[in-house]
Amino acid sequence: MLTTDRVAGAALTLLALGVVWESRKLPLGSLSRPGPAYMPVVLAAVLLVFGVALAATGGRAMKLAAVSFAEWRHAVAIFAVCAFAAFALERLGYRATVAVTLAFMLGVVEKRGVVFTAAFALALAIGSFLLFDTVLRVPLPRGPFGL
Amino acid sequence: MVETLQNLALGFSVALTPGVIFYAFVGCVVGTLVGVLPGIGPLAGISLLLPATFGLDATRAIVMLAGIYYGAMYGGSTTSILMRIPGEAASVMTCIDGYAMARKGRAGAALAIAAVGSYVAGTVSVVALMFLAPPLAAFALRFGPPEYFALLVLGLLVLAYMSGGSMLKALAMAALGLLLGMIGIDQMTGYFRFAYGVVELGDGIGVVPVAVGLFGLAEILATAGLATPPAVIKPKLRELLPSRQEWRQSAWPIGRGTVLGFLIGIVPGSAHIISSFVSYAIERRLSKHPEEFGRGAVAGVAGPESANNSATSGAFVPMLALGVPSGPIPAVMLAAMMVHGVSPGPLLIKQQPELFWGFIASMYVGNVVLLILNLPLVGVFVNLLRVPYPVLYPSILVFCVLGVYAVNGSVVDVWIMLAMGALGYVLRKLDFETAPIVLGVILAPMIEMAFRQSLAMSDGQYAILVTRPIAGTLLAVGGVLALLGLKPLVARGLDWRARLALAGKGEERL
Repeated sequence: MLTTDRVAGAALTLLALGVVWESRKLPLGSLSRPGPAYMPVVLAAVLLVFGVALAATGGRAMKLAAVSFAEWRHAVAIFAVCAFAAFALERLGYRATVAVTLAFMLGVVEKRGVVFTAAFALALAIGSFLLFDTVLRVPLPRGPFGL
Repeated sequence: MVETLQNLALGFSVALTPGVIFYAFVGCVVGTLVGVLPGIGPLAGISLLLPATFGLDATRAIVMLAGIYYGAMYGGSTTSILMRIPGEAASVMTCIDGYAMARKGRAGAALAIAAVGSYVAGTVSVVALMFLAPPLAAFALRFGPPEYFALLVLGLLVLAYMSGGSMLKALAMAALGLLLGMIGIDQMTGYFRFAYGVVELGDGIGVVPVAVGLFGLAEILATAGLATPPAVIKPKLRELLPSRQEWRQSAWPIGRGTVLGFLIGIVPGSAHIISSFVSYAIERRLSKHPEEFGRGAVAGVAGPESANNSATSGAFVPMLALGVPSGPIPAVMLAAMMVHGVSPGPLLIKQQPELFWGFIASMYVGNVVLLILNLPLVGVFVNLLRVPYPVLYPSILVFCVLGVYAVNGSVVDVWIMLAMGALGYVLRKLDFETAPIVLGVILAPMIEMAFRQSLAMSDGQYAILVTRPIAGTLLAVGGVLALLGLKPLVARGLDWRARLALAGKGEERL
């Protein structure tokens, strides 16, 4: 039976094996003189043990099918918007990126009115830029149009 | 004693300068907002606002960030009492009796008791911090790499043991955090580890994108699509004064919560959360009328609120005296101090007494500011909750991106935050605690360095980790905790951590 602990345990086991595999590119050193791969391999071994133990003892945990993902559409939309923001931040500049991100989030995801969406997105984009970049002197990226 | 008071006088000469008072005030206001607003806790709040302190000197920056921390502890009680929504995790227990009091028309009294309890606990625990940190720091001067290695390992084991739920899961998360902390340049050989050509990963994964992703973004991903919160109960200003009987009922719980919270705060773990759970359980056990708990018991508000504020100060003891964070929030504070060129640890008190004692004195000032803020201005903060969540969360997201980017001016950090947000969202669904990951990320380089230095000292002999008295004792304590924590795997029935986890989910009361 698939339970949350078993799935997580299996994922952690796979991750641990992946780390061990990737560590072969680095010198392991010896027991008395550990190299750069030593600690990652030790930690991966520890994670492997925990992962296997979780998978083995996870039979009484919650069934995976019982986990509710009712909000997944919202979560995916938010995640996609954030990914866009990360992609565009240094290409479009802070103000343009934040304005577009907020406009999409409020107008499309949350279905707010056009006027409110535009006003809120512009106000927050410009206001937060003024506060952080101008007043607090935290340098924020400007895009090709100086935005 | 006389020396401590002289040092405190030095601290007040720093803390009472207009600039420091101003930033303590700003930190307290922002912290209260962070505590009031659901979806953004003290950890994400401190991480997000770290860049805003870059233009400040170290003392002002640390004072402001500490103000955010204990401000959030105060602010978290407001939404718990008026809406039954914990502004941050430590206020979960206040929801039960605080909201019940509010429904009986005693919202103002509940808020006042929470604020006064927080003030008393905050002030008394700073006194304890003031007397405990310097001798502990003097003792820690005896620590070499083996002792630090043992202490850091013990810290992770205690965090895992004190976490609600399965210790196995908490340890797995700590191991995952430690592995994430391995990314970047190996400090002893200069090799790039797991960077895959991304130069920005050379310095490793920062604690800020990890904390904001796991705690800020993951929270928004999980809650943005849910139904809107319930209506707010609005207290009137004249109702803020508790009755004489309510004061009497709250006095001992405040005292007990203060002592308990401070002691739990010193121990590694999510201290402020655990302390409020334990305080609630103790108050119910000691009460002559345990049946009132859940129906508006004054002690159910006074105890947990005092305990979580006291734990906040307690958590600063190991951070300031040993340079070892006792939980994810002190870990971010530690990172923030390092950004400002301050190295917390045994030498801090000797080398930068103005900063240390100024920080201590500013906590007294901050507690007074918070008492003033949280009573007459409660209506102002509550008004914030009228901003619909569909408008609020996009704004918080913008600050997540901004805050994470601004720390290093790197988009890679924003991508790391996104990855951590997705990971945190999935881990929440699978019922895993994410706090050990944050602590693992910040402790990994320290543990590895201490381990390899220990081996270099002993010419490769592992015995050095157990034969030195302090290191051996610390590791032995860690071993006992690990065995105790893993006992439920072979024994039947629920241990206290399993019951704590269930209580946290509202499935069972302590």
